[in-house]
Amino acid sequence: MAEEKKQPRIGVFVCHCGTNIAGSLDVKAVQDYARTLPGVIVADEYQYMCSTPGQKKIDDAIKEHDLTGIVVAACSPRLHEPTFRTATKEGGLNPFRFEMANIREQNSWVHMHDYEGATAKAKDAVRIAVAKAALLEDLYPKSVPVEHAAMVVGAGVGGIQAALDLASAGIKTYLIEKTPTIGGRMSQLDKTFPTLDCSQCILTPKMVDVGRHPNIELHTYTEVEAVEGYIGNFDITLRKKARGVMTPTEATAKGIVGGGCNGCGDCDAVCPVIKPNPFEFGMKPRKAIYIYHPQVVPLIYTIDFDSCVKCGLCVEACGEKKAIDLNMEDSFETVKVGTVILATGYDAFPIEKKREWGYKQFDNVITSLEFERLICASGPTGGHLIRPSDGATPKKVAFVLCAGSRDNTGVGKPYCSRFCCMYSLKHAHQITEKIPGCQAYIFYMDIRSFGKMYEEFYYRIQDEGTKFIRGRVANILEDAKTKNLHVYAEDTLLGQPVDMVVDMVVLAAAVEPTQGVDTVRKMFGVSCSQDGWMLEAHPKLNPCGTTTAGVFLAGVCQGPKDIPDTVAQAEGAASAASIPIHMGKVELEPYFAQCIEEKCAGCGMCVNLCPYSALDLIEKDGRTVMHVTEAKCKGCGTCGGFCPGGAIYMQHFTTPQIVAQIDAFLLGGEQ
Amino acid sequence: MAEGEWQPKILAIICNWCSYAGADLAGSARIQYPPDVRAIRVMCTGRVDPLFIMKAFADGADGVLVSGCHFGDCHYIAGNYKCAKRMFLMKSVLKDLGIEDNRLRMTFVSASEGAKWAKVIEDVVKTVKDLGPSPLNQLQQ
Ligand SMILES: Cc1cc2nc3c(=O)[nH]c(=O)nc-3n(C[C@H](O)[C@H](O)[C@H](O)COP(=O)(O)OP(=O)(O)OC[C@H]3O[C@@H](n4cnc5c(N)ncnc54)[C@H](O)[C@@H]3O)c2cc1C
Ligand code: SF4
Ligand code: SF4
Ligand code: FES
Repeated sequence: MAEEKKQPRIGVFVCHCGTNIAGSLDVKAVQDYARTLPGVIVADEYQYMCSTPGQKKIDDAIKEHDLTGIVVAACSPRLHEPTFRTATKEGGLNPFRFEMANIREQNSWVHMHDYEGATAKAKDAVRIAVAKAALLEDLYPKSVPVEHAAMVVGAGVGGIQAALDLASAGIKTYLIEKTPTIGGRMSQLDKTFPTLDCSQCILTPKMVDVGRHPNIELHTYTEVEAVEGYIGNFDITLRKKARGVMTPTEATAKGIVGGGCNGCGDCDAVCPVIKPNPFEFGMKPRKAIYIYHPQVVPLIYTIDFDSCVKCGLCVEACGEKKAIDLNMEDSFETVKVGTVILATGYDAFPIEKKREWGYKQFDNVITSLEFERLICASGPTGGHLIRPSDGATPKKVAFVLCAGSRDNTGVGKPYCSRFCCMYSLKHAHQITEKIPGCQAYIFYMDIRSFGKMYEEFYYRIQDEGTKFIRGRVANILEDAKTKNLHVYAEDTLLGQPVDMVVDMVVLAAAVEPTQGVDTVRKMFGVSCSQDGWMLEAHPKLNPCGTTTAGVFLAGVCQGPKDIPDTVAQAEGAASAASIPIHMGKVELEPYFAQCIEEKCAGCGMCVNLCPYSALDLIEKDGRTVMHVTEAKCKGCGTCGGFCPGGAIYMQHFTTPQIVAQIDAFLLGGEQ
Repeated sequence: MAEGEWQPKILAIICNWCSYAGADLAGSARIQYPPDVRAIRVMCTGRVDPLFIMKAFADGADGVLVSGCHFGDCHYIAGNYKCAKRMFLMKSVLKDLGIEDNRLRMTFVSASEGAKWAKVIEDVVKTVKDLGPSPLNQLQQ
């Protein structure tokens, strides 16, 4: 106990970060200044504090000077706090006796032309950090067990890959997909660049593997309803949407032995209601009881209750299998998992918003995804590319790249959608190959063929005779009689206006985050970047993680990427998500609230404020006082910020510590 | 820094998840802004006790900025709403004390809004410089 009361003995270390810091402020002056601060025993500086010799300085100083607190003035604590906590621990101090002063991201990098101003600010930052360091205490992270299960939300190729990897690593994996089948966008594609292998042929085996993997529990037509808990112990409630059709397992559970849907399609044949199939972008019909396409996994029909007339014909046709329940309702199930991967993918930007290109005004203007279905042998036309207006085979097709991408007009997206250049090259190849004499024209800003064998693919398409016109398409108009299209652009290489008449236009529409994804994102506490894609923890060093511990990202939900990059990220996310599970436990930062019972008036205001129901009022020694359930507290401090009696002690962000920081800034220093 | 020019003392209390990350991003992107603000990091703006604001002004702050996540994006669900309510209250308390209420400002800057962070700082510095030293400081002199 006497140990704890000992006077603060603080070591300060100022980092040059090469010239990143030292180039914009006076490191030596900051170091000299630190020496004058109350409690500082030693102040040092070094080129790179995060390097091994830099960390060793901390270790040595703790031992040599019997320090009680460490301050490193360097980059952001969001980058290197863990590094220096480890160094502090190596020196024999409790790692929470470390405090960081950010003099790079929030100083030298943003005040590059104000040497004096930056130096003064760095001195203040060090003074503030020293004031806090003087009051830091030993803290012990709480170790909690991790559930030996994971969840993947979204079953496109990214989610499928992540689930297969987790499951193969021996982890029970729940794969959640909101549509009736897994596969995502990739199952809508015909061929894939640059190898031109058939999309379904390479995806279907993976889909089948998912269906029969003993460690994967697949929930299609299901959405996440609610999320509670934290890394290691997420309680996730699933809404299983009423599908109207039972799987064989569900049927058996209801005592219908040998029953349940086997995908025979007898119901489909008798259903009188006809609706457009969204999988085919409405270019093919489906019934009210439907499957998207023959390769769906699981092979189970689904009833669209919005259009079903409940005539009962399907029930009759299904007969003894008794798979259909027209009165089925949504059901809920809560599962416990240790980690989560979000892989919710993308939607196409509604390109009709760019009125100048005439999508949805002119029949023969289509999108690239529609093109994929039209050129696909299993698509609505059996793979014959036809003009929607008259069914004729086109002879001249224009592809418009960056349709809504790299667009700063306000209608459209400022970013590059990354795969449109490559798939449009693929499309040009496909029509050249399939339709003799058909000419492809690509209107582009520049061709971004950045991947392995991509540039080579670009050359190949040039050699095959596709014509490239560098210039953004300004306007598209329709010849009312022939339904041909005038494409107006400027050829910026020739410096000439272009008015080209073509049979058909394919718009490579920009992509955007999946509709409704904000709900899921917020449930898991994941931020988004300014364009709406989910935000990774660090763009370079932690591209699969998020700022919510235990939640990871895979695929296009994090930003546009093609299939190879999606799969690579999915494997990365699966690996990252499996680490805590294999470790079996995680350490939670010990920033819990604590009740100072002598001060607590038992008013209970805090109890209602806590977002995680971590607080209760209890009876103790004849008084009502607040009690914290540490396992539930996440350390936000909302209760501590409110308690009128100052009865809540927020570990590592205590009121005395914060007040000391404020005082150090405003009352301390060179007045 | 021009010689003899008055230097305002401005405190920022910012949340770890959005505003602190946004401020870091302004750094990585080398977006330049004036060096007049000193920041203290808390996990969430929900932690901001009205006492901290009072203490800062009593200690002689000319301005205080509290910055957190956008509504709906708080890492702890709604700490920023709860803080915003308290900040409204604090503004009226400050007014009663004869301190201009725009010396206290709450903003919402996300982890991806580095440029916005720089703008916020510019704005806050300008507002405080236009107002001049806090009335409490003038009183003391
Ligand atoms: C026209 C076109 C052609 C392309 N051609 C190629 C090509 O040739 N080669 C190539 O490499 N790439 C190509 N791509 C890119 C490719 O489509 C993507 O890289 C790939 O589909 C990304 O997979 P994903 O799993 O990240 O997302 P997605 O395929 O979008 O899958 C996401 C899944 O998550 C589900 N989901 C969404 N929200 C939720 C929720 N809240 N709850 C549960 N589930 C949810 C969705 O229903 C979907 O099944 C092309 C893209 C387009 C538009
Ligand atoms: S901790 Fe504070 S707010 Fe909570 S019951 Fe006690 S006095 Fe009231
Ligand atoms: S710090 Fe307080 S309000 Fe926040 S989670 Fe913990 S107990 Fe709840
Ligand atoms: S975590 Fe940023 S305001 Fe709550």
